[in-house]
Amino acid sequence: MQLIACPWCGPREEVEFHYGGQAHVPYPDDPGGLSDEEWAHYVFYRDNPRGRFAERWNHSAGCRRWFNAVRDTATYRFERVYRLDDPKPLATELATSRRNTAR
Amino acid sequence: MRPRSSTPRTPGADLPEHPDFLWRNPEPKRSYDVVIVGGGGHGLATAHYLAKNHGITNVAVLEKGWLAGGNMARNTTIIRSNYLWDESSAIYEHALKLWEGLEEDLGYPILFSQRGVLNLAHSLQDVRDSVRRVEANKLNGVDAEWLEPDEVRKICPIVNTSTDIRYPVLGATYQPRAGIAKHDYVAWGFARRADEAGIDLIQDCAVTGFATDGNRVTGVQTTRGTIGAGKVALCAAGHTSVLTDLLGIRVPVQSHPLQALVSELLEPVHPTVVMSNAVHVYVSQAHKGELVMGAGVDSYNGYGQRGAFHIIERQMAAAVELFPVFARAHLLRTWAGIVDVSPDASPIVGRTPYDNLYLNCGWGTGGFKATPGIGWALAHTIASDEPHPYVAPFSLDRFVTGALVDEHGAAAVAH
Repeated sequence: MQLIACPWCGPREEVEFHYGGQAHVPYPDDPGGLSDEEWAHYVFYRDNPRGRFAERWNHSAGCRRWFNAVRDTATYRFERVYRLDDPKPLATELATSRRNTAR
Repeated sequence: MRPRSSTPRTPGADLPEHPDFLWRNPEPKRSYDVVIVGGGGHGLATAHYLAKNHGITNVAVLEKGWLAGGNMARNTTIIRSNYLWDESSAIYEHALKLWEGLEEDLGYPILFSQRGVLNLAHSLQDVRDSVRRVEANKLNGVDAEWLEPDEVRKICPIVNTSTDIRYPVLGATYQPRAGIAKHDYVAWGFARRADEAGIDLIQDCAVTGFATDGNRVTGVQTTRGTIGAGKVALCAAGHTSVLTDLLGIRVPVQSHPLQALVSELLEPVHPTVVMSNAVHVYVSQAHKGELVMGAGVDSYNGYGQRGAFHIIERQMAAAVELFPVFARAHLLRTWAGIVDVSPDASPIVGRTPYDNLYLNCGWGTGGFKATPGIGWALAHTIASDEPHPYVAPFSLDRFVTGALVDEHGAAAVAH
């Protein structure tokens, strides 16, 4: 079973964790000012790259804390984990659509 | 029997000739009226109905691997139309009617077996939801019945209907016309017919980009050169986002591994198809004798065509709970396909921000059963530049208007 390195607890088995989808999707600054289309993108649309992706994970059967990870969606390898208050990964660390398809 | 000769013969030398190929393997032409990206079930069915129903044959189907080697080769082949909402039951029932005549249409055996599907209920809420769905199905002309546990046992004697298990069977919905088909034969049947009509099925041809001019896609860049296109249809299932990212359009799907497995070959023990949402496994027995099982997706996004083993373990635990006799079967093989799950667990089909680009994705865990229905409706949509009424409710803009077709948990199985 894959081990996931919780930033607080260290490596634990994958079954202890809960997936939280794409990281760094901020709540809109001005919710009242959003068009229907902008709301649709906030509520329903998330990136879906093949390659390195910044994601949220929760150590739900352990310390129950959330953290972020850069994980490769093609190999399932965790490249690194980081805390929620750590800065967002640079674009160069993540898969962009064009680089993906060259794989 | 050939007389023994003194020189040793290569193993297989005396076997019959290789059968004729079912389709040509053509070089891509410079351009086509319609280019379909994705040579799986949906792409091949769309090609067939473009030719058959609309007389459009200057068509290429581009496949990055080999024909029908993605989800078409990896699904659990269940066919049913007992969906809750009108929009869903309309297209799945249309598909089921096409399945019923498909062998004749394709002139090819597809081993379509209407052995019925049971969707088990394990809690009072399950029972209420199931009865509601049966009534909704009847109103939509879909065959559906509610069965009590003793009737479930009559249809499938190996299901554990005792009351002392963790999730007792409190009844089931039953669709007698539902069943299974041989997925490979279905793909080959469509491919053969499309090829006979003059459609080019081009394998080992990955799409790497698109040529666009304003609001039109003018061509498809591939590993086998640039191919001009009058219209383009995307039938790429779990890899749709990889393509739409190249076009700069966003589609609200997330790609997940969905695992399935088979046992070794067994004598016939399981006469129907059983699905359980609460315990979460679905099982049928293939013609050849393997027990074919599937369950839910792996939770994380993934393109790896493999999943985590604990998902398999849970699935087996569920199967043994429901079918104690399976405890003596052996797991032979597991695999995964990449499914594109949409926010409302319904497909996304129809027009896009590009005038001549058509989208067909978001079928999630249930695309196989729709194969002839979506091929038929997408061909119509491409030919007439107008979404067919069967697919109109599944437009991309429903996520802006809010007119979702929420089949999460409503369609007899969780996604």
